[in-house]
Amino acid sequence: MDVQAASLIGAGLAAIGAGMAAIGVGNVFGSFLESALRNPAAADGQQGRLFIGFAAAELLGLLSFLIAILLYLKAA
Amino acid sequence: MADQGKVDPMHQFEVQKMFDMFHVGNHEVAFTTSAMWMVIAGLLLWVFMIGGMKRQLVPGRWQVAVEGFTGFISGMMNANIGPEGRKYTPYVFSLFMFILMLNVLGLMPIGLFGAHPFTVTSHFTITGVLAILSFAIVLIVGFWRHGLHFFSLFVPHGTPIWLMWLIPVIELVSFLVRPFSLALRLFVAMTAGHVLMKVFASFIIDGLAASPAIGIGVGIPAMALMVGISGLELLVAGIQAYVFALLTSLYLNDAINLH
Repeated sequence: MDVQAASLIGAGLAAIGAGMAAIGVGNVFGSFLESALRNPAAADGQQGRLFIGFAAAELLGLLSFLIAILLYLKAA
Repeated sequence: MADQGKVDPMHQFEVQKMFDMFHVGNHEVAFTTSAMWMVIAGLLLWVFMIGGMKRQLVPGRWQVAVEGFTGFISGMMNANIGPEGRKYTPYVFSLFMFILMLNVLGLMPIGLFGAHPFTVTSHFTITGVLAILSFAIVLIVGFWRHGLHFFSLFVPHGTPIWLMWLIPVIELVSFLVRPFSLALRLFVAMTAGHVLMKVFASFIIDGLAASPAIGIGVGIPAMALMVGISGLELLVAGIQAYVFALLTSLYLNDAINLH
């Protein structure tokens, strides 16, 4: 296998990480909504924490996207 | 590499020189499209703020819009830092508004009129400088207020003594990674969204170039998706600006109140 093909396969594999981060982000918002519906009075006070969790989960997905795009541009 | 389409989704991120300014050593300092869009964002922000700072007793729509933004940021600073945070509200507010304006300006469909929107925040140099600015302020405030006691940030309360060799190292690494994560998040989120939009746009163009039937069959769903993604991108533009400001305020909180 030449390096170019390996880079493209690696880019595709790295893109899986973006999908995994989608699960993570969905988890963050889903759990928030679930507990916000149980106790709507406390929901507004937790919005900052919601976005911190979102930012942390999203960053990891964006990193895998970055790896994918670096590999893709290297092969292109 | 497989056949590259006619549309290069990365071309939009190229910084073009508009005119020369001066040289620093061998480095050319030119006025670029990036600089132009930053100036435009600054001017628009200035107009926006001036228009809303009339301090009328019964605020008009414009003043309500400006007060909504200022109230949002000062509320966030108050919730995260407390009364000590008031001093730093102007910085976080400027940061938030500047990033928000650059993100939204990059999404404007002014390509219809022949102008080319350019997303300044899709460049790591720009977001990196903004992140280093925030990080530097955190360091300066931390050392200025607490002196060498600032290093106690790396030892959280209740750390067992037998973990003292590990926890400070982890805390130090997570502290040093902050500017990178702050800059990377904004830069990659904006880049990814714009690449996605250009890829969908290239579906329409390449489809039409292939044949009218394919153009209509592929173009209409792609166009519908693009409209939806544009809305999503507007949301991301707001969220990323908010997250940048929120994390800056949290890091400032670490520097001001320690743990």
